[in-house]
Amino acid sequence: MTTQTTSTTVVIRPRLDLRAPLIRLGYFLIGLAILALIWTVLAAVRSDLPNLATVGGSLAELFRNPWYSNGPNDKGILNLLLSSLTRVFAGFALGAVIAIPLGILMGSVPVLKRICDPIVQLLRPVSPLAWFPIGLTLFQSAEPATVFIITITALWPTVINTAFGVSNVPQDFKNVARVFQFSRAQYVARVLWPYALPHIVTGLRVSFGIAWMVIVAAEMLSGKSGIGFFVWDAWNALNLPHVVSAILVIGVTGLLFDQLFGWLERRVSYV
Amino acid sequence: MSESVATETLTADYHASVTALPRSLARHSPKTPALDVLGVTRQYGAYTALQDVNLQIWPGEFITIIGHSGCGKSTLLNLVAGLDRPSSGSVQLYGRTIQGPGPDRAMVFQNYSLLPWMSVRQNVEEALKAALPGQTAAQRAGATDQALRLVGLWPHQAKRPSALSGGQRQRVAIARAFAVQPQVLLLDEPFGALDAITKSHLQDELLELWTGEAEGGIANVLMVTHDIDEAIYLSDRIVVMSNGPRAHIHEVLDVPLPRPRERAALVQDPAYLRLKAHMLHLLGTVLATPH
Ligand SMILES: Nc1ncnc2c1ncn2[C@@H]1O[C@H](COP(=O)(O)OP(=O)(O)OP(=O)(O)O)[C@@H](O)[C@H]1O
Ligand SMILES: [Mg+2]
Repeated sequence: MTTQTTSTTVVIRPRLDLRAPLIRLGYFLIGLAILALIWTVLAAVRSDLPNLATVGGSLAELFRNPWYSNGPNDKGILNLLLSSLTRVFAGFALGAVIAIPLGILMGSVPVLKRICDPIVQLLRPVSPLAWFPIGLTLFQSAEPATVFIITITALWPTVINTAFGVSNVPQDFKNVARVFQFSRAQYVARVLWPYALPHIVTGLRVSFGIAWMVIVAAEMLSGKSGIGFFVWDAWNALNLPHVVSAILVIGVTGLLFDQLFGWLERRVSYV
Repeated sequence: MSESVATETLTADYHASVTALPRSLARHSPKTPALDVLGVTRQYGAYTALQDVNLQIWPGEFITIIGHSGCGKSTLLNLVAGLDRPSSGSVQLYGRTIQGPGPDRAMVFQNYSLLPWMSVRQNVEEALKAALPGQTAAQRAGATDQALRLVGLWPHQAKRPSALSGGQRQRVAIARAFAVQPQVLLLDEPFGALDAITKSHLQDELLELWTGEAEGGIANVLMVTHDIDEAIYLSDRIVVMSNGPRAHIHEVLDVPLPRPRERAALVQDPAYLRLKAHMLHLLGTVLATPH
C-alpha cells in the first residue's frame, strides 16, 4: 500500500512588515509633540519651570557620563536607574512568587476565594507609604523595607487576575475536558493553564506598573540611592531641570517595560 | 492443531453472527436498552425545559432528535453525556444510571468547543490521549491522521481553530469525536454549518463508522438535527420533540427504509415521501406554534 502525499506545503515567510510599527511610532511622535507644546506654553507662563532647551541640556549633561560613581551618594543617572530597577525587580518577583500561587489557590478553592476576597479588597487600596513603617519595623533597615512595600503593593493585581483566570474557565472548555475524560494533570496543562496564563500576564503587567510607580516614593522616603532619591536630592538642591529629566527617564523606562509585558501578553494570548 | 483452527473458526463465526445481527432485529431484542431515558425532567429555576421525557434506545440503533429551536434537544443530549443531571427521573446506559461523562460516550458540541490554544491536530490528539489512554503514541498519531483526512482537514492540521472557517471548525469537532470511536456517539447538529456535498460525504462516513464491525466501535448514534432529509436518510427512528417550555417527546417515528440507503432512489420512495410529508406536517403545522 502506498500512501501518497500530494499536498505541497508552500511556506510563505512573512517579510518583516514594518508598516504597523511605523504607524504606531508616528502617532507616538504626534503625542510627544503635543506634550512638548503644552510644556513649552506652561514654561512660558511660569518662568520658574525649566523650558525644553534647559531640560535638553540637563539630559545631555546627565547622559554624558551616566555610569560614573563617586561614592554612595553621587552616581550617574543610569547607575541610579539600575539600582532602582534592581529593587523593583526584587519586590516584583517576590510579589509574583506569592501572588500567582495565591491566585491559583483562590481561583480553584471557592471557600478560599470567599475568605481572601475581602482581605484583598481591604489591603489593595492602602498606599505604599503607609506600609513603610511596618516594613521598617519588620526589617529594621530601609533597603528590605523598600522591597517589602513594593512587594505588598504590587501583589494585588496579579492575585486578582490569576484568581479570575483560574476560576473563570468557560464551561465549554470544561465540558470538553469532562466528555473526553481529561485527567487532572491534562486538564491543568491543556485547559486551565493556557486559559489562565494571559490573565496572569496581564496581572503581572499591571503589577509591574505599580511597582515602578511605588519605587520613586519609596526611595524618596528611604533616601539612599536610586532614581527616586535622585529626584528628592535634585529638588533639595532646587535643580528643577534634573527633576524633569528624571521624570522623563522614569517615564521612558516604565514605557519600555510596559511594551515588554505587552509583547509577552501577545505571546501567550491564544487568539 | 486442527482443533485450534476449528475453535478459531467457531469463535469467528460466533462473532460474525453477533455483529451481523440485523439492526432491525437488534432493535427488538429483549435485552436491556442501550440508553434508557426514564421520566426525565430538567428545570432551570422556575423554567421547565424538559418534562417527563421517556425514550428507549436499543443497542445498535441510530436515533435522530428533531424539534424546534429552544425545545431542549441540547439539554437532553447533555443529560445523556453526563454533563448535566436531571431534576427528576434518570438516564441509564445499559441499565446503569449515568452519573457523569464516561469513556463510552463522546460528543460533537453544537458550538464545536475546540480548545483555541491548541492546533487542529492537538485538539484531536489530546482528546484521544484522554479518552483512549491505552493507545500507543503511534496508534494515536495514526488515528489522528485518519480522522483529519476523513474530514478533509489534514492539510490544515497545524492551524489554530481561530484560523479556520466555521465549517472547518465543525469538522474538527467531528474528527475529534469520530477518532475516539465511542460506544455511544452524541452529535448536536454536527453538519449544520456544512455545504451539501461535504455534508453528505460526512453523513456517509458516519454511517460507515456506525456499521463498521470493528470491536469496540460506535454502536449507537444519538444525533440532533434540524434537517428532515438528513434525519430520514440516517436514522432507524426519529424522535420528534414538542416545543418548550415543558418539552416532551411528541412522537417517535420508525424509518422503514432498508439499508444501505441510496439518496437518489430515496427521493422517489413512497415510504420516504410519506414520512417526509408527515414530518413536515408535524413541524410545520402541529408544532408550529409554541404552547
Ligand atoms: N443553563 C441554562 N439556564 C437556563 N435556561 C437554560 C439553560 N440551558 C438551556 N436553557 C433553556 O432550556 C431550553 C432548551 O435549551 P436547549 O439548548 O436544550 O435547546 P435546543 O433544543 O438545543 O435549541 P437549538 O435547536 O436552538 O439548539 C431553552 O429555552 C433555554 O433557554
Ligand atoms: Mg441546541
